[in-house]
Amino acid sequence: MTPLIAALRDLLAGDHNADRVVPPTGFTARLTSFTAGAMAFLAVFALALSLASGRLANRWSSALAQRATIRISAPADQMAAQTAHVLDILKTTPGVASATALTDAEQRKLLEPWFGPNLPLDTLPVPRLIDIHETATGFDADGLKNRLAAEAPGAVLDDHTRWRRPLVAAADRLRFLGLISILLIGGATGAMITLAANAALAANAQVIRVLRLIGARDAYIARAFVRRFTLRALAGAAVGTVLGMLAMLLLPAADDAGGFLTGLGFQGVSWIIPLFIPPLAGVVSFAATRAAAFHTLRRLT
Amino acid sequence: MIEFQNVAYSYGGGELLSEITLRLSPGSFHFLTGPSGAGKSTFLKLCYGELHPTAGRVTLEDRDLRAMSRDDVAQMRRRIGVVHQDCQFLDHLPLVENVALPLTAAGQPVSPEDLFDLLSWVGLKSLADHLPPSLSGGERQRAALARAVVMSPDVILADEPTGNLDWEMSLRLLTLLVELNKMGKTILIATHDLNLIRSAKSQVPARVLRISNRRLQLAGSDL
Repeated sequence: MTPLIAALRDLLAGDHNADRVVPPTGFTARLTSFTAGAMAFLAVFALALSLASGRLANRWSSALAQRATIRISAPADQMAAQTAHVLDILKTTPGVASATALTDAEQRKLLEPWFGPNLPLDTLPVPRLIDIHETATGFDADGLKNRLAAEAPGAVLDDHTRWRRPLVAAADRLRFLGLISILLIGGATGAMITLAANAALAANAQVIRVLRLIGARDAYIARAFVRRFTLRALAGAAVGTVLGMLAMLLLPAADDAGGFLTGLGFQGVSWIIPLFIPPLAGVVSFAATRAAAFHTLRRLT
Repeated sequence: MIEFQNVAYSYGGGELLSEITLRLSPGSFHFLTGPSGAGKSTFLKLCYGELHPTAGRVTLEDRDLRAMSRDDVAQMRRRIGVVHQDCQFLDHLPLVENVALPLTAAGQPVSPEDLFDLLSWVGLKSLADHLPPSLSGGERQRAALARAVVMSPDVILADEPTGNLDWEMSLRLLTLLVELNKMGKTILIATHDLNLIRSAKSQVPARVLRISNRRLQLAGSDL
């Protein structure tokens, strides 16, 4: 059995006598619990941000992928003919699954957020929009643009790629930053717990000297510190995670109007993911305290 | 048992001990004397591997202490009971748990009956539940002796064990050490208390070693 596995087994099994050799260290123990709790709380938010960014990127990608729009600008008396002509062109264009001209009511609804209700569309030079659904293989955008330019000069094709790509890239970057934040939180947790463990080890130098003198092995001495700090971090992280998840629950429900911010939370099975934060904090604490303890013990004869 | 082969120890640029060759035979009783600062405590620390010689070698049953792993050193210290002058304890644990500490650290079973017998032997049974800071100097010294022998070690090293004790208490502690020697334990006591040495020599065949000018000499014949 490797020393690490043996240490993990001892951690889980516990040793009442080994636990008792280290006097209660209120300050460092409380610092460890608080740090782990605060970091777990932040990790829940970073995780939620990362997951929400991922969902956003997927939504933007899937919602706008294989969709395109044609905007027709023409005098009012020619608009219907131009629209019919463009629809005819689209019917014969390979890769176009369907094409539908938006009705006045649909266009009025689109413009309502900017111009308010009861917009008199017929008095404004509003272009007619045609919503295109592509087949899986898609159509030749450049070929269609050239054909429209030749046969329907007032029609302009917009396949959304120009603004969709940077949005998806931004969402992907946000997801990446969320993951980086989680890693940094994990690293900061490890660093803080290492500092607290070092402080506890320094404060208990006399205890360590006595234990070495009476023939205690390093593993026995380290075990008392490692178990204490790991359990403290685990408990603190559990509280921080629960509080973070409660805070997420209290956020407004996601809806179309709210968009990204109200979608910042966990959905469905993703609620399980933050439950991994406390055990991860325990692993970080275990590794950090064990490394600090053995580093300190190696300096003693 | 413990053997010094041409050992030297330097500290802070100066040599504290030099050319020390000695063999502590099993069952022997030695006193180590010398003026303050002569290196008595350093000598003892070299015996149980808290310090390593800067020249020569210290062996325990033909094993070089310097070549031992940290776990081996810990294992070796279970066979050497040490009584310090300042009697270091874990102040948050009651006396009985402090005395049992070598057993628990070694993962050995602790028999409450044996522990209380041991505390009775050193006259501390009634103080078993007391914390070390509440004990007197003599009680601490006897508790340290109890802790040193709880693992039934082969060797007992005592560094000025009677330094803070009155004469009556010093004799009581010496009696315990003499009893242990009669049980076959090797005893080495660092002290500058000549009366204690005289008292011991009347009970056991003790040899007296003296550190003088960095070197170890036999010094028993003129006491």
